[in-house]
Amino acid sequence: MISRYAIGDRVRISARYAPGHVRTPFYVRGATGHIERVLDKFLDPEREAYGVNAGTETQLYRVRLNQSTLWPDYSGEPADVLELEIFEHWLEPA
Amino acid sequence: MTHDHADPHAPVEVDLSDGPDYFDVMVHALQEILVDKGLIGAGEVRARLEVLDAVEPGRGAALIARAWTDPAFKQRLLADGTAAVEEFGIDNYDGTRLIVIEQTPDVHNLVVCTLCSCYPRPVLGLPPDWYKSRPYRARAVRDPRGLLREFGTEVPPEVTIRVHDSNANMRYLIMPMRPAGSESMTEAELAALITRDSMIGVTTAKLR
Repeated sequence: MISRYAIGDRVRISARYAPGHVRTPFYVRGATGHIERVLDKFLDPEREAYGVNAGTETQLYRVRLNQSTLWPDYSGEPADVLELEIFEHWLEPA
Repeated sequence: MTHDHADPHAPVEVDLSDGPDYFDVMVHALQEILVDKGLIGAGEVRARLEVLDAVEPGRGAALIARAWTDPAFKQRLLADGTAAVEEFGIDNYDGTRLIVIEQTPDVHNLVVCTLCSCYPRPVLGLPPDWYKSRPYRARAVRDPRGLLREFGTEVPPEVTIRVHDSNANMRYLIMPMRPAGSESMTEAELAALITRDSMIGVTTAKLR
């Protein structure tokens, strides 16, 4: 199956706050960046945490965020970036 | 354990005066149930701990030294870290996937796991305590340049900082730059320059 997003696509990380075993850190929710690379599919940790594995393989991406947009008072350089892994259901087109 | 340091030969004793905490109790209960059911043996738990403790950063240093001296291997390591690590003879015992990132004159890379303590354990062993600390996890993403300065690593303004939050399924190993002046060194001598911290990205590889 083709992944929904490709390298370079602009994406927004969802700002949702459902409880559970979520691998999307709070500090990036609502942030906008782009797909740095498309990884493999992995078991959805939100369902795996409750023993549900079958059929939950979910596309994982590396998303690159600009530090100065992530932190309004960022004290480093404008080109500094941060990258992390986000599952497809936490991404929206931006 | 006593805090009286008068006798350096006093036996080390575990202080259980506060009792085991919530997670101690849960772990022991789970282990007892699994052993009672015959699903695992106490010896298997011990052997697993021994595997975890046996891996040292020297394993990663040998890997990077090979990449520094063998350009074809370096290309394979950067293209598919998991496959190249297995080719090198490292047992990828936890089944995680490895991404190897190369430091360059233009980009300084730094690894953190903001959610817990994800770390390339088959290559580097157990993470240092500071890597798991809340201040490191918060500041690596929030103020990486200030954090690196406290590790003695001054990253010039023209060099971009690229922070890798190891927050889900991948693990990250940094390949430091081979220092100038190391041209005539053997692979084993080079491995001695490659420290654990340089493979996390909080410092660089330097001539001793």
